Amino acid sequence: MSTSTSTDRTPRRVVVVQAGVGQPSSTRLLAERLATSTTDALLERGEESVVEFVDLRLHVHELANAMLTGFASGALAEAVEAVRGADAVIVATPVYQASYSGLFKSFVDILEEGSLKGTPVLLAATAGTARHSLVLEHAMRPLFAHLKAVTVPTAVFAASEDWGAGGLDHGLAARVGAAAGELADVVAGAGRPRRTPGRLDGELADPVPFEQLLAG
Amino acid sequence: MQFGIFTVGDVTTDPTTGTTPSEHERIKATVEIAKKADEVGLDVVAVGQHHNPPFVASAPTTTMAYIAAQTEHILLSTSTTLITTTDPVRIAEDYSTLQHLTDGRMDLMLGRGNTGPVYPWFGKDIRDGIALAVENYALLRRLWTEDVVTWEGKFRTPLQSFTATPRPLDGIAPFVWHGSIRSPEIAEQAAYYGDGFFHNNIFWPMSHTKQMVALYRRRFEHYGHGSADQAVVGLGGQVFMRANSQDAVREFRPYFDNAPVYGHGPSLEDFSRETPLTVGSPQQVIERYAAMADHVGDYQRQLFLVDHAGLPLKTVLEQLDILGGEVVPELRKIAAARKPAHVPDAPTHASRLAAARTQQTQAEEVAR
Repeated sequence: MSTSTSTDRTPRRVVVVQAGVGQPSSTRLLAERLATSTTDALLERGEESVVEFVDLRLHVHELANAMLTGFASGALAEAVEAVRGADAVIVATPVYQASYSGLFKSFVDILEEGSLKGTPVLLAATAGTARHSLVLEHAMRPLFAHLKAVTVPTAVFAASEDWGAGGLDHGLAARVGAAAGELADVVAGAGRPRRTPGRLDGELADPVPFEQLLAG
Repeated sequence: MQFGIFTVGDVTTDPTTGTTPSEHERIKATVEIAKKADEVGLDVVAVGQHHNPPFVASAPTTTMAYIAAQTEHILLSTSTTLITTTDPVRIAEDYSTLQHLTDGRMDLMLGRGNTGPVYPWFGKDIRDGIALAVENYALLRRLWTEDVVTWEGKFRTPLQSFTATPRPLDGIAPFVWHGSIRSPEIAEQAAYYGDGFFHNNIFWPMSHTKQMVALYRRRFEHYGHGSADQAVVGLGGQVFMRANSQDAVREFRPYFDNAPVYGHGPSLEDFSRETPLTVGSPQQVIERYAAMADHVGDYQRQLFLVDHAGLPLKTVLEQLDILGGEVVPELRKIAAARKPAHVPDAPTHASRLAAARTQQTQAEEVAR
């Protein structure tokens, strides 16, 4: 992955990783809303952006294979590369058994160390009841702290009842707007260099020079 | 170009019969396989080193010496010698002895080992893996190239005026390959010393192998050992062949589906597409492996894994007949035709001795 100068006006790349498996999926619905809101918020700050969705349900088999082979293949390899080269990442998972879903964690598990280091990340989750909402703070945020991602303060949780609650200035709509605004602030913030996606067959950087390794 | 086989020395149940060979049978089979490889004209047989079940290959030089005593031409190597957990003094002594016994018909490939619990059994820590490989190999080189060594490091007892015996045959240390799949530091180490670099790509996509080999080549040139395309590269490979490709797939599939590493994961077809695994006719294997050099450049050594996943000895010997009889002669021709003259062959004791003598003659002429 490389970075380019701040005068470059290529659109910011927002990658959405969502682990909803239903058709339709409320997790996908929430992720779409966050993506749209982020694009709008970036535009307000003078930044064009492009959004790329990584729908994990399409990669279930590839993820199982990667667990055993140790490498991501096919479209999954491209998804991993997209995350690594993203200017911002929105992650959304359903809550299963009091935590992020196994599918969601399986994707996180195959990311190479450092893939999300310094990347602005917006956390989101859905469940049937609001009693699970702290999964965002007790499971998701520590996970992304471990990955050294820069999570924005507002994490967005949507329970079933939120989809029927009204109002654009309070409730779910307000949380989506607040979180997207925070993400856009970090992405568009002064001096944050743009990222360009890496290539699967790109050249490896020079390693630590051997004299240095020899010196211990 | 050298063609050969490598083994890890695993004891694995044949999934089609439920039969598990005893350790004794597996060790004897390893010798039979090596003898067959020699008989069918392969160049190299490499044996593993592991210190945990289900592997039986814990004493590589013992096995190598026994094979060498019963073979004529084949070069003995390792896949791999554990440079992290084996005392470099013992490596120096064991492999120099082997070098004398085999009249130089040997080399070795160093690896780190990726099983955490093995390290503490030998008083080491896997978190020091790279540091151990760096320090131990630096010492090993000195033990082979300097008659009297005084040394102090982090990982073993200091040495005062130590001489590793026997001294290397003809004063030439065994040739060393460094094997690594994912660590740029090891590609860097191989490049720094101008040693060989082996990428065991059998479980990896070519995009990754290509990156690692390219890195090694670039750094080989950086350290002044020659141009990048003169670096000494080896690759792994995995094949199963029958005259009719459908027969090969039908026979190998249960072994693939239950294989220790990737079994119960990807389909044989998916895995074949992503990795060098080729299951089919000898012609398919020839086509696939002739194209490897398109990705990594002209390279020096190709080793195939043939005795794994519980395949019975009889089948493995049949595979060697096909490999030596039909596949390798064709691959040799193709490799020779495409290799430019300035790209070297894999170093052998004979070629290194000749090079050393030429260098000495030149030095004497200059002195005169």
